[in-house]
Amino acid sequence: MQVQTHVDIHSEWGIVAARQAGRKLAREIGFGSVDQARVTTAISELARNIYLYANKGQIYIEEATSSGKRGIRIIATDEGPGIKDIRKVMEDGYTTSGGLGAGLPGVKRLMDEFKIDSELNEGTTISAIKWLR
Amino acid sequence: MRIPILKLHDYLLISVQVDLDDQTALQFQEDVLNKIHQEGSKGVVIDLTSVDMIDSFIAKVLGDVVDMSNLMGAKVVLTGIQPAVAITLIDMGIVLDEVPTALDLEQGLERLQHELEG
Repeated sequence: MQVQTHVDIHSEWGIVAARQAGRKLAREIGFGSVDQARVTTAISELARNIYLYANKGQIYIEEATSSGKRGIRIIATDEGPGIKDIRKVMEDGYTTSGGLGAGLPGVKRLMDEFKIDSELNEGTTISAIKWLR
Repeated sequence: MRIPILKLHDYLLISVQVDLDDQTALQFQEDVLNKIHQEGSKGVVIDLTSVDMIDSFIAKVLGDVVDMSNLMGAKVVLTGIQPAVAITLIDMGIVLDEVPTALDLEQGLERLQHELEG
């Protein structure tokens, strides 16, 4: 059976809730403490981006399977302003919010698969997977 | 939520034991600086043994609190960073440059003493 949780992001508290839901599912799927921290951190970055740039959106966290592999999939989706220059936001140190600019490139490095779809004035959907080793 | 800050002679001791949300992290930053000012503290140890995740926002808040305290004339040492947290931070490309760290509270206090005397 596929397990899926879903957290509404419309305040800073949603960031914490998404993080905790992610850690719980990562632990249940069987990830060790280091990968639990990676997954939790990735969720935190994605949830914060939703809150910062789109005000509200959704985080879906679910078990992923593919040809015998098991893992965890995070989908972050919003109907915010979209990303003008995806190449630019994937550069280390690029920020428009006064942060470290480590968010999205960081998430990409923490996870095994990373996909970003963004449409100006339509919204952004980011999907990322970490596989069990 | 408020993170308790304990005073021990010239030092402040803080053990972060909650899942840090953004508000709590920013409140904490302000509380540490106010307490340094109030008590005239020379050094601060922030123990992160119970913290199981540091994302880029919390890393920035922690780095900033070190720089801000330095501006005020107090030294800060971060202690007890978990292996998983250290690995994740480096994976993310976050380097807490020039932030003094130590393995645990005891070594953190020793390091402070050493830096303040030396």
